[in-house]
Amino acid sequence: MVRIVAALLIGSLFGAGLAVSGMMNPGKVIGFLDVAGNWDPTLAVVMAAALAISAPGFHLTYRRSAPLLAGSFRNPAPAAIDVRLIGGAILFGIGWGIAGFCPGPAIAALSAGLWEVALFFVAMLAGMAVYARVAAGRESGEPGT
Amino acid sequence: MENFTPLSGAVGGAMIGLSAVLLLLFTGRIAGISGILGGLLTPARGDVAWRAAFIVGLVVGPLVVVAVTGKAPAVDIQAPLWALVVAGLAVGFGTRLGSGCTSGHGVCGLARLSPRSLAATAGFFGAALVTVYLLRHLAGA
Repeated sequence: MVRIVAALLIGSLFGAGLAVSGMMNPGKVIGFLDVAGNWDPTLAVVMAAALAISAPGFHLTYRRSAPLLAGSFRNPAPAAIDVRLIGGAILFGIGWGIAGFCPGPAIAALSAGLWEVALFFVAMLAGMAVYARVAAGRESGEPGT
Repeated sequence: MENFTPLSGAVGGAMIGLSAVLLLLFTGRIAGISGILGGLLTPARGDVAWRAAFIVGLVVGPLVVVAVTGKAPAVDIQAPLWALVVAGLAVGFGTRLGSGCTSGHGVCGLARLSPRSLAATAGFFGAALVTVYLLRHLAGA
């Protein structure tokens, strides 16, 4: 229960950060990505400020033997830089460039009550569900890979 | 550059970074939004509630900002509806295939000095820059 309340509060802080930073606004995100237009460097400041906290914060946190409310750290499994990673990143980047929404801001922007945001969110969930089916099919269909 | 808002950008960015540190410190999890949301589609026992709570928090946070500041943050959507659907599908499938998005690879992965996250971040920023250039300056949209 404590873990769930913590996740809710920490998620709220993340969402509030997205709102304060302006990154909930796809127009502002595209203003950053449009380097040949009326460029708005804000997104770079947001990333730099986030990393200025997360880089030393992660370093200090990983010096602990375990997190406060769980038995161990759940780190991403070490893996190679492969076609899936880069292909997925490029596909994501194309979608990000078209709409100006990445997953966090799209969820946070649901708070604005606009049905266009809900439409993007449902499409994003559908894309994730298609991937989950493909991945499940690959696991059951090709044992050993 | 009249749209540049470095102060609110720095404050909001620091809040995002702090949130990622707190999630790791308290739960041992990486604050990758696509991973947290995507994990709800293949639910595992005991692994659903914290994900749902974090996602609900993402929506509650901006509402708290509105309540405190009395001002709703702008959400300017310029893409036509069909493009929102295409983009949503690409973002959903692509972030799962590539194991992360701006938060997981960008904010958390780079903080962990992960070479995979650096490659992925270069990949999605590069693709997004090219996409916006093509749409805005060549297609004239």
